[in-house]
Amino acid sequence: MSEHQPENLPATSDAGDAQTPGAEVIDQRQGMFGVRGTGDTSGFGGLRRQVALPGGTPKPYGAWFDGAVDRLVGLVGDDAIEKVVVDRGELTLHVAREQLVAVCQQMRDDDALRFEFCSGVSGVHYPNETDRELHAVYHLFSITHNRRIRLEVSCPDSDPHIPSVVSVYPANDWHERETWDFFGIIFDGHPALTRIQMPDDWPGHPQRKDYPLGGIDVEYKGAVIPPPDTRRSYN
Amino acid sequence: MTETHADPYATTRDTTEGKVFTVTGQDWDSVVAGLGEEPEERVVVNMGPQHPSTHGVLRLILELDGETVTEARCGIGYLHTGIEKNMEFRSWTQGVTFVTRMDYLSPFYNETAYCLAVEKLLGIEDQIPEKANVMRVLLMELNRISSHLVCIATGGMEIGALTVMTIGFREREMTLDLFELITGLRMNHAFIRPGGVAQDLPPGALDKIREYITWMNKHLPEYAELCNANPIFKARLQNVGYLDLAGCMALGISGPTVRSTGYALDLRKTQPYCGYETYDFDVPTWDSSDSYGRFRVRLQEMWESLKIIEQCADRLEKMDGDPIMVADKKIGWPSQLAVGSDGMGNSLDHIKHIMGESMEALIHHFKLVTEGFRVPAGQAYVAIESPRGEMGCHVVSDGGTKPYRVHFRDPSFANLQAMPIMCEGSQVADVIVAVASLDPVMGGVDR
Repeated sequence: MSEHQPENLPATSDAGDAQTPGAEVIDQRQGMFGVRGTGDTSGFGGLRRQVALPGGTPKPYGAWFDGAVDRLVGLVGDDAIEKVVVDRGELTLHVAREQLVAVCQQMRDDDALRFEFCSGVSGVHYPNETDRELHAVYHLFSITHNRRIRLEVSCPDSDPHIPSVVSVYPANDWHERETWDFFGIIFDGHPALTRIQMPDDWPGHPQRKDYPLGGIDVEYKGAVIPPPDTRRSYN
Repeated sequence: MTETHADPYATTRDTTEGKVFTVTGQDWDSVVAGLGEEPEERVVVNMGPQHPSTHGVLRLILELDGETVTEARCGIGYLHTGIEKNMEFRSWTQGVTFVTRMDYLSPFYNETAYCLAVEKLLGIEDQIPEKANVMRVLLMELNRISSHLVCIATGGMEIGALTVMTIGFREREMTLDLFELITGLRMNHAFIRPGGVAQDLPPGALDKIREYITWMNKHLPEYAELCNANPIFKARLQNVGYLDLAGCMALGISGPTVRSTGYALDLRKTQPYCGYETYDFDVPTWDSSDSYGRFRVRLQEMWESLKIIEQCADRLEKMDGDPIMVADKKIGWPSQLAVGSDGMGNSLDHIKHIMGESMEALIHHFKLVTEGFRVPAGQAYVAIESPRGEMGCHVVSDGGTKPYRVHFRDPSFANLQAMPIMCEGSQVADVIVAVASLDPVMGGVDR
């Protein structure tokens, strides 16, 4: 929590505050409680909030982070790493998607890095981050050095292709299928990129933000409870 | 299928892929007769999704050459309930209610992984009261025992060792009784919350835990006596479902499967959380890389868990009345629970306080329960050692009162990828043993 924080504002952190230099604004939210239009007499409808994620961290990163990043840059070149984020004691490398397989190969094989264990990939959808709407997030674990690292790769919604790392980490086979299934990210080079959780003929990718949750009104003792996605929400 | 006994559930139909038979049991003759004069040797069998020995709704697609499995694949997704998506529409605290239902045999691990990730995002890891941490460890280790017992019991049942099943569920029942006493529920507890745990230990719980330890010390040796040197048990398990360390690393396998290759990979030791570094326990291993090794590792792990539970009980004895929820009133759940005449509910003292004494307390309660707390934007990944391996939780916050994205790296999901490599080339009966040794829980696989 910030030191000089006005009492009447929601909690912020140094890392994720829109006012913090370096933080990246990825979205704008408007309104509160879901009230919109002329029906809003509370004034809350005019509330605006910027959504900002921790931005790039300048050197030095601290701990073993510097050594690992320098080593990786030395092996794969400067242009493979777009951004380095150190937040909450975790190191995140934003990797250019063309370079992902080369980066993973070095991450696994280089003695000084040796991230031999891949905990899989998960997707995150940021619909308002233009040309970087879809993110694939990889968590690697080095058992040798007892370290964890996160690789983040983004691709535009209009060209949802990311190279598959199954050739380096066979463990990612099902995880990439799951991310394709839920987010529609096409992992080029995957041996059999088919749906895994949803039925084969399912339309759409359910965990994208533009895919509705669905649900129906439930009546309980005379009161009608709306489905969760239409309930009051606090932006 | 002959015309004489037309079973509506066991029919035959022709497809572009060849003839398809539905077999319901005891009708293999009709399948063989239906294949005609020169039957094709290659048969593709769908085992499941409704098959008692596939641990839930797992579908195994086996290509058979006689009794030998030449190719094996998994079909999953039959228990997908959209938990990750649903959590994006509830408050951070409500998320616990969802995650506890994922891997229903190890609910406390789901809850802890999620809560540790949320606490990391909040930056309050150091403020979690000591008693809450000890209670988390206590519940997790009890849960490890109950989960391993189900694995051993159902695994035994599938190979005909019915006594192992009955005694396994007997001991599991003792564990669930403790869960019921401490959390109020046998499963779906939602007891571990961001910031601590939901409720203090009820009176008499420590005595029950001590009774439980005595009971387990008396009855755990039975499993070793029944199985360890049993020639039939060994014949069914030894050299079945072989997977060495290199295979485990490539496929991202963790938990007892890795430890059965002789490598003591355990996140409780290498990346301790909840104060595991302060407990005295060992990481058992076996060096056979097969189903028998996994059984022995699980058996030994129950003893180690019992050691940890005993240490937890000793610590809890000295912590009577200590806080169990983080002191920050903007995060800690305001409501208190108590057992009344009609079971557990909101404590009457708390109701009296907010309804009759303090309007501010009522507003605070209402705001925190309906709106919830805000979590600073960012992402975190926390992995803990569940009975099945690395249970990972990746949480993304956009600074709001609801998770922006929650993803679980469930060990069952990752481990099940090893099914083909373990089963191809073996016999059909070995598939059951190999899958049981992986201990997949479909609630966790499909989420």
